[in-house]
Amino acid sequence: MTINEIQDDIIEEFSVFDDWMDKYAYLIDLGNGLPVVDDSIKTEQNLIKGCQSRVWIDASYKDGIVHFDADSDAIIVKGIVALLMKIYNDKAPQEIMNSDLYFAEKIGLSQHLSPTRSNGLLAMIKQIKLYGMAFNAKYGG
Amino acid sequence: MLQNVDQIRADFPILAETVHGKPLVYFDNAATTQKPRQVVEKLTEAYYKYNSNIHRGVHHLSQVATEAHENARKTVQQFIGAAHDHEIVFTRGTTESINLVAATFCEKFCTEGDEILISGMEHHSNIVPWQLMAERKNLKLKVIPFFDNGELDMEAYKVLLSAKTKLVSIAHVANSTGIVNPIKEIIQLAHAQNIPVLVDAAQSVPHFKVNVQELDCDFLVFSGHKMYGPTGIGVLYGKEDLLNALPPYQGGGEMIETVTFEKTTYNALPFKFEAGTPDYVASVALAEAIRYMQHIGLDAIKQHEDELLAYATEQLKTLDGVRIFGESMHKSGVLSFLIHDIHPFDLGTLLDQMGIAIRTGHHCAQPVMDRFGIPGTMRASFAFYNTKAEVDSLIKALKRIVVMFA
Repeated sequence: MTINEIQDDIIEEFSVFDDWMDKYAYLIDLGNGLPVVDDSIKTEQNLIKGCQSRVWIDASYKDGIVHFDADSDAIIVKGIVALLMKIYNDKAPQEIMNSDLYFAEKIGLSQHLSPTRSNGLLAMIKQIKLYGMAFNAKYGG
Repeated sequence: MLQNVDQIRADFPILAETVHGKPLVYFDNAATTQKPRQVVEKLTEAYYKYNSNIHRGVHHLSQVATEAHENARKTVQQFIGAAHDHEIVFTRGTTESINLVAATFCEKFCTEGDEILISGMEHHSNIVPWQLMAERKNLKLKVIPFFDNGELDMEAYKVLLSAKTKLVSIAHVANSTGIVNPIKEIIQLAHAQNIPVLVDAAQSVPHFKVNVQELDCDFLVFSGHKMYGPTGIGVLYGKEDLLNALPPYQGGGEMIETVTFEKTTYNALPFKFEAGTPDYVASVALAEAIRYMQHIGLDAIKQHEDELLAYATEQLKTLDGVRIFGESMHKSGVLSFLIHDIHPFDLGTLLDQMGIAIRTGHHCAQPVMDRFGIPGTMRASFAFYNTKAEVDSLIKALKRIVVMFA
């Protein structure tokens, strides 16, 4: 599936929630379901700056696709990270760097998108795209 | 509790707002308080009726504006019990006040190896200005530790005070825990060795009576916006002879007496420290905020907020897995806590959905969080317009939220 197809899926999934509590309960579920990552990725280098909670994103490149491992110490943020992993994991560097992320606004998480917002969704997206750019530059499109 | 709290709340239009469709419960008063209509109207009145640059014009408006600004200074002087109105310097806030003292005091009185003494519970704004000067002048920053309950280790303080100590700079009330330091004793101990003391009163002046002559502090700093006044205005109080001994901080208009290209002489206090056009509108509105507080009564404010804090603490403790940071008889206005291992960000995000504004995170006091070994806390902080019913809303919301993490 393309990045946009996955985003559309997520938007549809969230459309069934008419109550904010259900939505956040689902994010918490997603957070709990995020694959456990090795503590070795929780380095200073992988830490996303500007978040009130701590978020680590690690990336590796193999056979034309980028694989991310990520974690956070706040569970709602972990839920948001899980959504980002769904969207970006195992995609080509070029698709990652050229992506346009619109799902957050559509599912009512846009409050987390402003640059001053402390969960740093913007900072996470920026870091993910930077990985895409870096791998693209190194291994080609 | 204040009997007329409904009437008081009616003076604060923002308290009638809704957030995410729910009535706003505002418990982030330690970050900034809301403003009563009277204060906002004062700002408007100044701009509509007598806006004009002060201290310069001979024309009518300039004189009215100058008088309003200088009367505001007198209001502040009386409010904190200063001996002279020229001991009141208007700044942009607590942070600028501390930076002013750090830059000028260290420049004048400190040499390599000298020590500045602060405490482990300081806000970053009472750490970083000293670090900057310490780097520049090879000074040492010494830190008084605090106990697990958040109280200052006074024995350690006595040991840290030495012939090398040039200044003690310490919070009256810790913004992260609400602990009230025994400031009078702290000052007496320092003065016994002729060491001046700066009191960061940002979290005390809004909550109870503070008198600089009674305390005998050498400097006292606070912000207008944390005490129902406008943003962008704050106060530096300093004893006359100390302020006179300090060099100017910033250069510009207003702070000079005569200027030639060879030599400039400086204006007298307080103008020496007020370079450029001061915020003569905010100062007038700050004075109005002070009058508003005095109208309610500082003792009544303290009693109301103390009761609220006690009630909130007691109610919070009925929840499972609550840890309170700062447990002491001597607290003011702040309830800092965690529930189980739930990250403060998670709790804060969900409380926000329920219209409840509390602060989450390190509260600009990362060393305090490191000391407790936690990433941050939830901080509910109170003002005189808060009610027990609002505390009940918070507790009810927390109960609903905690289940989501079970």
